[in-house]
Formats: sequence, C-alpha cells, structure tokens
Amino acid sequence: MAETLTQGKCSALVIGGSAGSLDVLLEIFPSLSVNINFPIILVTHRKAGNDSLLTELLKNRTSLTVREAEEKEKLLPGYVYIAPADYHLLVENDHTISLDYSEKVNYSRPSIDVTFQSAAEIFKNELVCILLSGSNADGVEGLKTVNKYDGLVLIQNPETASMAYMPQQAVNEVKPHIILDSYKMAGYINGLIHK
Amino acid sequence: MLLNDVLEAHGYDFLEYSHASIKRRITRLYSLDSFVSFAEFRYAIKTDKQYFKRFLEEITVNVTEMFRDPTFYKSLRNDVLPVLGTYPFIRIWVAGCSTGEEAYSLAILLKELNLLNKSLIYATDINPSVLEKAKKGMFPLNYLKGYSENYVQSGGVKDFSSYYTANYSLVKFDESLNSKMIFSTHNLVSDHSFNEFQLILCRNVLIYFDKDLQHKVFNLFDNSLEKLGYLALGSKESLDFWANAKDYKRIRNEKIWRKL
Repeated sequence: MAETLTQGKCSALVIGGSAGSLDVLLEIFPSLSVNINFPIILVTHRKAGNDSLLTELLKNRTSLTVREAEEKEKLLPGYVYIAPADYHLLVENDHTISLDYSEKVNYSRPSIDVTFQSAAEIFKNELVCILLSGSNADGVEGLKTVNKYDGLVLIQNPETASMAYMPQQAVNEVKPHIILDSYKMAGYINGLIHK
Repeated sequence: MLLNDVLEAHGYDFLEYSHASIKRRITRLYSLDSFVSFAEFRYAIKTDKQYFKRFLEEITVNVTEMFRDPTFYKSLRNDVLPVLGTYPFIRIWVAGCSTGEEAYSLAILLKELNLLNKSLIYATDINPSVLEKAKKGMFPLNYLKGYSENYVQSGGVKDFSSYYTANYSLVKFDESLNSKMIFSTHNLVSDHSFNEFQLILCRNVLIYFDKDLQHKVFNLFDNSLEKLGYLALGSKESLDFWANAKDYKRIRNEKIWRKL
C-alpha cells in the first residue's frame, strides 16, 4: 500500500464529498495549516443556488483563502477552490480551471469523478485525492484514474462516515488506498506540506 | 492531431477550445461508440460525413434549460427588456442557442411584456442538428416541472402550461413564440458579425473557449451590439480582463453588461 506520494511532493489536493461531508469539512478546516503550499479543490454535491453558503462557512474556519472557483482562474498554492454548483470543474495543462456545463455524471454536477480524473491527468503522481462521506458512487471511477497515474488515494473511514456508501464503494474498488478517520485528516493534509 | 484533421477536412476550428473539456468530450465519444482503435475513430471523423455529424453533435455541449438562473431572467424582465421596449424594433441574438430553450424563454418574456410582435430573435449555433430541434420547439415533458419552477422564480405569473401542449413524452411550445425566431448556423470561431443587435445572449458557451478565443468573441459581440445595447453571459462567465471591458457597465449583480 502506497503510504505516501512516490515523489514526496503534493502539487494539488482534491477533496470530494456528498451527503454527510459538510461536517467533515467543518471539522478539518479549522486545523489546516496556513503554510499549506498546494492548491486545494473541493467538489461537493449540493443544490444549485446556495453557492455562497458553503464558501462563507469554510471561509470563517480557516485563514487560507477560500473562494468559489472562477472560470480560467489559475490554481495557486494555499488557496481553496470550491467547484460551483451546477458546473463540472476540470484542470488545464497550465493549471488553470475550466468549468463545464455538460451532462451530469452519476446524477451529479459537479461530479467528483470528473475533477479527480481531470486533475489526475495533469498532476499525475503529485496529486492527492480524498473521498468523504456520501450516498452514491461518484468519485470511485475518478480515484481509479488517480491510482493509474500514481497519485495518492485517501478515503474517509466508512465505519465512521455518516454516509458509508460512497467511501465503502471506494474502499472495495480502488486499491491501493489509505483509510482515515475524519479527526486525522487535517493532520494528514498538513503533513503533505513540502519544503 | 484529431482536431487538426477536423479543421482540414471539415473547416471547423476547435483548436482554441478549452483543452480539458474538449479532450473529455472526445474521450467520452470514443468510448461511447466502441471503436476498435483510436486510429479508426480518427479515420471515421475525417472521412465519414455521417459520423462527423455525430461527432459535431457530441463534442459540443448541448445541455441547456428554460429560465436557467431565474434571477437572471428576472433582471431581463425588469431591467433590460423594458428599456428595449422603448425602441421601435428589437433585435436579439441568442448565440450558441443549442436546442433553443433560452430563445423560447426569452420569447415568453417578450410576449408577457407585449413586445414580441416588434421583436426578432436570431438564434444561432455551430451545430445544424440542434437547430433543427430548436425550430420545432419541442422539449421532453419530464423537464417541464423544473422549467415551470424556474419560470415562477424568475417572476413569471402566468400558468406556464398555457405556453405548450403536451403530446406523450414531449411538449410543443406555442407557435406564436417561434414565429419571431430566425434559426441559422453560425460559428463564433470563424464567422463574422451579421447584424446589429440591442441584446446578445451567449450563456455557457464561452466557458468552452480559451481566453484568447473568448476575447475574439467579445470583439465580435462588440461589433454586433448597438450603443447602449446589452450583452448577457453565463453565471460563471465575465467580461473582466477583456481589453474593452471599460466600455461596458454591469447591471446589478447579474452577468449582464450595457455597452456605453
């Protein structure tokens, strides 16, 4: 089991979650180090129209810059980008963000699979992805792609996730992976800071 | 390479589309149509006219909705169209209209403001087959509940179902709505300005273009927009960073700009 990135350097972190993931994010964010030197992309399923709410909630819990992702914006270290409701988020070669209003994937837009896959093709073995609580299988295919490119796969412990289905599917189908309880996640993420 | 073939063989230029999106569309189509090899896929696109038609339909995104982003339509209804209503004649361009949902939404607004009879909506798209659908004004019945909710949220007070008749799994929108629409192919990448408008709607099209191409298209719109005309973009698109953005004033918090 790969315990760390093969190159030891994290160039981007993507966190995907659905039902039950908000509590985890609210738990993680206050403990994130201000020294985080890679961009964090957040893809969560939620209803269109409540965009600013999640951004505001997280903003108040960290001194990292949290913003809803803008189209063609460049990913910067120490910034948190939230995939806007109703758009898929993709990453370009030059590390800018593309938004895409194409068909839903796994009944979801934004889809976690889409962002995991796109980020994996760009950041390859310097990518870390975390899949949190949720009740559908979005994210599982994406994690397979992350593994294919030698990125690092972290999954919330299904036994302690409020919705076990999504992380459990990932645990069953994606190998290798690391299972983490939510209270350990912030520490793990801070440990990805590189010199 | 594949996109070079498409340009050479068919004259469609996708080279300045956002790489990640178009690559995903191509990969998706390739696996959807189960080709034996990528070379075969590429050959079919290059040489098979019928298949190229499908390619064009599938790699462009044709997902759209009626009254998408209700607050946007509310602003059109309350801020923009009443101003245009003072003109003797209203010309509107819906660029990248896909299957026509936005053009029909707009026609409904114009009708409710008693402006439809002096308006003309030019609805264009790169893709001839979606225009065929748009002309018919028929949409799947199962989407109508959502459209109707959007309509109400956008400030519509009529009975939404009075605008269409249901026929099995499809609904057909009233012909008075598309009697004021002109459908035509137009490629934002390669075609020129063809008229002057008071309102241009181009929503969720530019997100698929790279920055340079976006700026070229803004210039095209600028050349196609009358002074004091309005330009409306998608909820995540913006005129910011375009050289002539200073000549435009944003309306409220919506993605609507007025040319000064």
